[in-house]
Amino acid sequence: MKQISKKLKIILPILLVAATIITISLLLRGHNFQLLNPQGIIAHQERSTMFTAVLLMLTLAVPLLVATFVIAYKYRATNEQADYQPEWDHNLEWEFIRWGLPAAIVVLLGILTWNTSHAVDPYKKIDPGTKTLTIQVVALQWKWLFIYPGQNIATVNFVEFPQNTPVNFQLTADAPMSSFWIPQLGGQMYAMPGMVTQLNLMADSAGEYAGTAAEINGAGFAGMKFTAKSVSSDDFNSWLNSMQATSSELTLAGYNDLAKPSEYNPQAFFAPVEPNLYNEVIMKFMAPEAGQDADMPGMHM
Amino acid sequence: MQHFLIGNLTTDALPHQWFTLGGTCFILLMSVVVVLFLTYTKRWKWLWTEWLTSTDPKRIGIMYIIMASLMLFRGALDAVMIWLQQALSSGASYGYLDPSHFQQIFTAHGDIMIFFVTMGFLFGLLNFIVPLQIGTRDLAFPFLNSLGFWLYVAGAVFINLFFVIGGDFAATGWLALPPLSELAFNPGTGVDYWIWSLQISGLGTMLGGINFLVTIIKMRAPGMTLFRMPMFTWTALLSSSLVVAIFPILAATIALLWLDRFFGMHFFTAGFGGNMMMYVNLIWTWGHPEVYVLIIPGFGIYSEVVSTFSQKKLFGYYSMVAAAFGITGIAFVVWLHHFFTMGAGADVNAFFGIMTMIIGIPTAVQIFNWLLTMFRGRIIFKTPMFWFLGFISTFTFGGIAGLLLASPAADFQLHNTLFLVAHFHTMVIGGALFGIFAGITYWFPKVTGFRLNERLGKYAFWCWLVGFFTAFTPLYLLGLMGATRRLDHYDAGTGWQPLFITALIGICIIGIGALLQVLQIFVSFKQRKENRDLTGDPWNGRTLEWATSSPPPHYNFAVIPTVESRDAFWNMKQKGLTKPKNYQDITMSKNTGLGIYLSGFIFLLGFAFVWHILWLGILGFAGAIICVIIRAYDDDTEYVITASELRQLEEKETLH
Amino acid sequence: MADNNIQPVEHEHNDRVIFGFWVYLMTDLTMFAVLFAVYAVLRNNTFGGPTAGELLKLPQALAETLILLTSSFTCGLAVLAANAGSKKQAYLWFGITFLLGATFLGLELREFSHLLADGQSFRNSGFLSAFFTLVGTHGLHITVGLFWIAVSMVMMHVRGLTASIKSKLVRLGLFWHFLDIVWIFIFTIVYLMGAAR
Repeated sequence: MKQISKKLKIILPILLVAATIITISLLLRGHNFQLLNPQGIIAHQERSTMFTAVLLMLTLAVPLLVATFVIAYKYRATNEQADYQPEWDHNLEWEFIRWGLPAAIVVLLGILTWNTSHAVDPYKKIDPGTKTLTIQVVALQWKWLFIYPGQNIATVNFVEFPQNTPVNFQLTADAPMSSFWIPQLGGQMYAMPGMVTQLNLMADSAGEYAGTAAEINGAGFAGMKFTAKSVSSDDFNSWLNSMQATSSELTLAGYNDLAKPSEYNPQAFFAPVEPNLYNEVIMKFMAPEAGQDADMPGMHM
Repeated sequence: MQHFLIGNLTTDALPHQWFTLGGTCFILLMSVVVVLFLTYTKRWKWLWTEWLTSTDPKRIGIMYIIMASLMLFRGALDAVMIWLQQALSSGASYGYLDPSHFQQIFTAHGDIMIFFVTMGFLFGLLNFIVPLQIGTRDLAFPFLNSLGFWLYVAGAVFINLFFVIGGDFAATGWLALPPLSELAFNPGTGVDYWIWSLQISGLGTMLGGINFLVTIIKMRAPGMTLFRMPMFTWTALLSSSLVVAIFPILAATIALLWLDRFFGMHFFTAGFGGNMMMYVNLIWTWGHPEVYVLIIPGFGIYSEVVSTFSQKKLFGYYSMVAAAFGITGIAFVVWLHHFFTMGAGADVNAFFGIMTMIIGIPTAVQIFNWLLTMFRGRIIFKTPMFWFLGFISTFTFGGIAGLLLASPAADFQLHNTLFLVAHFHTMVIGGALFGIFAGITYWFPKVTGFRLNERLGKYAFWCWLVGFFTAFTPLYLLGLMGATRRLDHYDAGTGWQPLFITALIGICIIGIGALLQVLQIFVSFKQRKENRDLTGDPWNGRTLEWATSSPPPHYNFAVIPTVESRDAFWNMKQKGLTKPKNYQDITMSKNTGLGIYLSGFIFLLGFAFVWHILWLGILGFAGAIICVIIRAYDDDTEYVITASELRQLEEKETLH
Repeated sequence: MADNNIQPVEHEHNDRVIFGFWVYLMTDLTMFAVLFAVYAVLRNNTFGGPTAGELLKLPQALAETLILLTSSFTCGLAVLAANAGSKKQAYLWFGITFLLGATFLGLELREFSHLLADGQSFRNSGFLSAFFTLVGTHGLHITVGLFWIAVSMVMMHVRGLTASIKSKLVRLGLFWHFLDIVWIFIFTIVYLMGAAR
């Protein structure tokens, strides 16, 4: 009986591990690991930061983990042969090692962090010599409005831009704070009411990439998705032309209608756009509009 | 008139959705069962005089742990509901919850697990163990201790009250970031319940922090210098200092949010000159150190456990203390890493990122120290050691994920994803909760006088560990696939569903582990005769809590021991010292029900604020003030046990 | 071995209570620090309304400051008198402290009501919210202090200057001085720096 249970003790974990590995690989077949499958210059740099950092840390973590179980096994109470020194509680060399090793790793990580933080700084213009495309983004409840100030068009839950062209997203919100994120092109940035934040991205190749809101912002959060499409500059130009020809105008009244809460909003296209719309969206949080009443609800005891 | 009587309350506030009805029925049913049981067994008076009104930290500690266990049940139920929704809600199916309800559940889950489960367990252990470890009979302020506990209970009731009255909780995420949590976007009472639940329990936590700080600084046994304190006491001291430093920040911050909502002010509103980024900064100035409040005592528990079961002195005591100090200090300069994506600029982001990584150094030092404690030891593999090894295996991965998130360049991608969710669950479950379980198993015989069943304990551990990896490995992977957190629905095309289902299975395995722990307690209770600890020292312990009987008398030590070194009890045993018998008169604090009344009035005050009921607010406020005055001028709060009574009590004890 | 006769125990107890009270004062100070930080951030967020310099009257604030400083002095004398066992003197000085504190509070309320009457409500802007909250929280503390003085006087009358009453009066004194220090910061940051712009 005891023999069997002893064998079981060895076989069972091996079986378990094997089953786990098989299950995981089955589960993961054909998945798009968006963060590990970058299609833009920023996302590339961010991925290599992750890889370098993890490798650096594993050089300390793996030996530590192995040592834990080796030591735990070797110095088990039933092993009478093992050295036993109940009073041994300090050692100068170990003092250096156990502060020095992690410190060395952290120094390297720190250098990496400093450099990469600046390299992928979302505010830094990406400049490979071509002209930057500016796109203004307004987070609404619960959809994304994209305004192309230079092209005088606007889109909802869809954004198109030429590949290999730096895009400067200028983010604000007419809603609770949202986070603007196209994982395969690069990291995210908050969009907040009354403020403008920036995110500079550039796609290497043509394709459609998933875009999403990443910060909880109310009931329609899960449906606040958009498609980011990168195309050749010829395709982009023809898209612009077709937009101008076929779309309806986005007036201020139309915007106010659009800004009302809606969930799983379909894509929409507008041209031309009320001039100065983006600034008005920002400014309404900065100064009182004419006739705006300061009194807010509340205080009824 | 109606508004005067019941404020904003209407019949709409009564439960009418399936989950509020269910919650209400469950709460009522439990209450009826408890009431019937107490009446049937005629235990009301016993419960009131011996437990509820007790100022004995040991009893308060036990009540904290019972309350935290109940809240763990509530929080775990939330977890299952969250993952069930996510496992179902793919493609054409929108699951069984509407978005708002789903969001309320994950908000409640986070708040309950942090404020009422982990903090509750922690204060429970601190209450029971710290006075014993430093060789004293009580905390510095016994009444405040009772009050703090009852405020914690009031907060816990508050966070469940919306089931019965109100019908909705904050649907904002556990920190209720504005402007989402402002009146403009969340006009219901959910956020107000959130505010007052945290405000009331936070006040209790703050009182507890002050109490432990003063107790550890001022009331140690003679001869116990700071550097002779056991590691757990050190971590309790540092954790309490952190509580004292940060909880006022939380109180002020959510008070400002309340002013916005109640008086129409503009601290964090969108527009009118409000600044929501200020809230985010303030709440994380509290929030990050709060994580260390939870985890530092866990490190203390591991230190005790490893050294006891390795039958060896703790290796590198001074560097251990230094590391704990380092973590405590740096905790204050890392808060911005929670929102690198707010556009602070590369220099600022990099600074906070590097500060965060520096925390990795003292943490790694502690792990080295535990390894070197085991090295050349004689390790006995009781359940607490299993929890420790489980902690090392989970925490290492969680730590790597954490340092990765600390790098702004990586965080831009990983922020707000399930990768982040998996990371902090690894830290809180693998770090704090496993530590708490290790501590509960380790000190259980001290509390009850009998040991927990080893076999069931180990089964429970394996369920927790396997369940943990099954539940959270998929989340790391989903994060890398670009799955954001808090999704009540996702496209079928993402192919995420199998992973979410795997995570749900993991939660169920953890649930089995938790059930085994409940079973373990019942079985151990039934077998208590076989597992009895008569010596007071079942594990061959090293510190003072093992120097008294199990369970300890309500005065802890008949004669306060004199400490001559670190590992005081170990050295006493080495020298063959026995319990001293030179009894003298001692004073103990009397029990009092005022803590219950006072927290009850504060509860009414909070309730009045939520529903805008003026008379109730005045009643709560006046009642609270009267309680404070009564207590402040009550000079009859202590009683004396004379030396001869003490001798009799002690002789009776040895006869058993 | 711990000496357990009554005297040292009483002393030890007092020592703990005073230390605990200091820790409490630190938490209160942290809370004020948050309010100060918030005020500093929101100071210019007037949302088109008048600024601190245009709204606040320095002379009145200066008067309030002098009154509160004087009350701190008289409060010190009161605690000294109580410790010396002179009940009469304690009544006198605490009475003066109470009157000065009440005057201070009255002036503050007068300022608030003038602002509100002028339509400068705490609902107008982030700046006004922060102003009313910071100054008002201090005022609330003063109210608590006045209430505490009143209750202490009654209890002193009922029970006489017992050790326990004396120890509470010491803490009351600490509390009052603490409020004084906080006010100095308010005066500097809100009023002086407001006027300087």
